[in-house]
Amino acid sequence: MSVQTSIDAIFLEKETKERRTRNRLAMILVAFLAILRRDLVVTGREFIPFLIQVLLQPLFFLFIFGKVLPSIGAAQQSYASLLLPGIVGLTVVTTALQGVTLPLVLDLGFGREIDDRLLAPLPVSLVALEKILFAALRGLVAGAIIFPLAYWVLGSNYNVRTDAIGVIIGIMVLTALAGATLGLTIGTLVKPEQIGLMFALIFTPLIFTGCTYYPWSQLDGIRWFQVITLFNPLTYACEGLRYAMVPPIHGYTLPTLGIGWVLLGLGVTFVGFLGLGIYTFRRAVIS
Amino acid sequence: MTTTHREQAISLLAETREELAIDVRALVKRYPRSKVNAVDSISFSVRRGEIFGLLGPNGAGKTTTIGILTTSVLPTSGSVRIMGIDVVRDPIGVKQRISVVPQRSNLDQSLRAREILTFHAAYHGVPRAEREARADALLKELGLEGRGREKIGRYSGGMAQRLMLARALMHSPDVLFLDEPTNSLDPQSRLFLWDRIRAMHERGVTILLTTHDMEEAEQLCERIAIMDHGRILVLDTPDNLKKLVPGGTCLELRVRLPQEALVATGQEAASVDGLRSQLEQLPGHPRVEEVPSDDEQDAQGLRSLRLYCEQAGELAVEALRIVSAAGAELRDLHVARPSLEDVFIHLTGRNLRS
Repeated sequence: MSVQTSIDAIFLEKETKERRTRNRLAMILVAFLAILRRDLVVTGREFIPFLIQVLLQPLFFLFIFGKVLPSIGAAQQSYASLLLPGIVGLTVVTTALQGVTLPLVLDLGFGREIDDRLLAPLPVSLVALEKILFAALRGLVAGAIIFPLAYWVLGSNYNVRTDAIGVIIGIMVLTALAGATLGLTIGTLVKPEQIGLMFALIFTPLIFTGCTYYPWSQLDGIRWFQVITLFNPLTYACEGLRYAMVPPIHGYTLPTLGIGWVLLGLGVTFVGFLGLGIYTFRRAVIS
Repeated sequence: MTTTHREQAISLLAETREELAIDVRALVKRYPRSKVNAVDSISFSVRRGEIFGLLGPNGAGKTTTIGILTTSVLPTSGSVRIMGIDVVRDPIGVKQRISVVPQRSNLDQSLRAREILTFHAAYHGVPRAEREARADALLKELGLEGRGREKIGRYSGGMAQRLMLARALMHSPDVLFLDEPTNSLDPQSRLFLWDRIRAMHERGVTILLTTHDMEEAEQLCERIAIMDHGRILVLDTPDNLKKLVPGGTCLELRVRLPQEALVATGQEAASVDGLRSQLEQLPGHPRVEEVPSDDEQDAQGLRSLRLYCEQAGELAVEALRIVSAAGAELRDLHVARPSLEDVFIHLTGRNLRS
């Protein structure tokens, strides 16, 4: 259907007045969905670059640590099984986190492209919430693609429990949300000139203290480090995924953090940084 | 007053408030860790359909004021109502009815030009067929027909500004805020934009614009508030503002003072102050003010003096005589009606750009 309109019609619009009397909740929902659609359209257009950006690093990790090292005897064959959940967790967290942080730092710093959405008829906290939801979705897509990628790279070393898919999905969703809220908080606090510093001070420790490459239970010998890892949300994501993904190896079940602790760790991260992130976001956009 | 009279008065008052597009009362904004108020207790109102200008030098508080009126800055105290809605209590209701064209481009770089318009309308709940039609109409209206498929990375400053205006109109706002709309545009784009702004005004949109360009304020605005240091110094129509400058016309003299002669003879007449006091003795006792000069003029020893009186032109011959008697060289002489620039100088003793 096409509608003819003139500039005058836009301003004499009777519909405009009618639209305004519409239910406020419906109006907010319409704005929210339009903003979500904008992100889907933009990401859809650069889907291939998006995939390359998020998947190249996990691909190499899986290949070197899951394939090459075991092949040359530097690691056990079974190492791939406990590495894979770590790579999934890491990919979900970093994709979700960076999906909010980097664009937000640049946008609040000088682009101000977000202004048009902040001026849309919805609470600014919902603009932040949309960012979280969308970044979490990106994290989930990236995490899901790791599975076929791993199947292809690891070959016979690919071993994943198939009886707990629901738990795997649940933990991935919670992980993605936790990563995105963390990203919102960081993105509203970091200034554009501090991006380099942010990578060094936040991302590097996050990646290496998050039980990505080693199971938490085996850190018993380095007690202080084992305690430190508990402050990293990634630890709960990786351990939760190990719990749901690693099959018994030669009748031996890998001990992991209890699923209760995993849900608590991810839940607290999500709720805590959701509150903090929306607070810092509001402060950054309304002076 | 009887009860009925009072009721009538109240309902009349309510009606007048209803007629206001913007109503600002005792508005104050002090940013955290700042010792001064960026906006220092200003009050003004804008009628529906009016073009209203906030004029002042950079740092006068214009952008902060627009920020508060458009919900992106929270006031420290005071109240603002846009179309009868309080900006602090109901920012969403306000956002529905306003549009903002900022100083600097904030166009969505990830979208094509036309999509910037259609997504904006979608955020505001304009139905799909309607927003497609409006995008076409507005691209055409703003001279961007055929450029809708481009990403805006290739757009010139003038085109970006026009696209931002088109975007602002997509949801048919009641009030349009333009923050320095033609700042840093070439003269041609500026004239085009002025033309479009006038066209919007004719269609009944209320417009509030900020500018530090006198000509722009004079060309577009029905009423102007002159701001400085967060306060409104005066608020009136451009014509009435010009009446603030004493004397109906102004004679501007540009003279070069004879520096060496001055030192040699010790004659007082050749100093600016001397010249000034002599000029003030002219018939009708015109008020004489020195115009702040720029560096280039200073280097050449050029000074500008303005004589304000009812018929400044008649003083030209006499003024010329005084200047040459003082041994100064007359470089330029012209008669002008006072501009808003004169008003600003008169009120603050400073040039707008300084």
